[in-house]
Amino acid sequence: MIENLLQNLDALLLVIFGVSALVAAALMIVLRHPMQVAMALISTMVFLGGIYGLVGVHFIAAFQVLIYVSAVMVFMVYVIMLLDVRDPSFTRRFSTLLVPGIVAGLLLLAVLAYALWHGLYAPARTTASFGLQEFSIAFLNEYWLHFELTSVLLVAAVVAALAVIKGTRKNHG
Amino acid sequence: MDKLQFLLLVAVALFAIGLLGVIVRRNLLVMLMCMELMLNGVNLSLVAFAQQTGTAAGAVLVFLIFVVAAAEIAIAIPIVLLLARRRHTLEADAFADLKG
Repeated sequence: MIENLLQNLDALLLVIFGVSALVAAALMIVLRHPMQVAMALISTMVFLGGIYGLVGVHFIAAFQVLIYVSAVMVFMVYVIMLLDVRDPSFTRRFSTLLVPGIVAGLLLLAVLAYALWHGLYAPARTTASFGLQEFSIAFLNEYWLHFELTSVLLVAAVVAALAVIKGTRKNHG
Repeated sequence: MDKLQFLLLVAVALFAIGLLGVIVRRNLLVMLMCMELMLNGVNLSLVAFAQQTGTAAGAVLVFLIFVVAAAEIAIAIPIVLLLARRRHTLEADAFADLKG
């Protein structure tokens, strides 16, 4: 009885988090000021973190909050506060591509949802879901090369950011 | 509706909304944030598939996407700052002469 109730609560929370994430994502299109858009994006990410926690990958939920919400979005909010230029993109939100964009977005959504509905053959569900231990063993045994390549990418990003700043300094004297 | 189907539907909708935002909005920072939204949709689909098949490959890919997103922001933000400093606007149309 209680187990059944908990199962239902899980499904209900999943639906609530999913729908809230979609609503916040839709608000991102509509809202005017970039700060409001950033807040909507942060709430989408937090709801997605809730979904990850409900699905059972708690470490990804933790990293979603730690990396995306705190690192990336704090950076974004900081830049929005830094660049408070009153420009025309605040008053006129949408570009001239509004109607074709909406049509293309709806078409993409329809095609993907159709493919999802008809082409998805659910693979045989394995009962053993992976935890942090299996993930770490697979991560450092099989995917160590990707991990190292990622560190190279990070170094390249740092060098590129420095080059962008340095190059402009030279131009401005 | 299946749990996997629901999660994938949310992921697909997030991706479509993000793409719509990149096309439709004019502000550069908002376009960047919509790109982040697309990455989040892809992450959700990867997590759903990884959970369905019980393998760790999807979760590893999600971690790599986290790192790539952080690197992308670290590059994109200085570029946006420089563009705003040069033209005193964040409107995407103001930079149309950057077309090849």
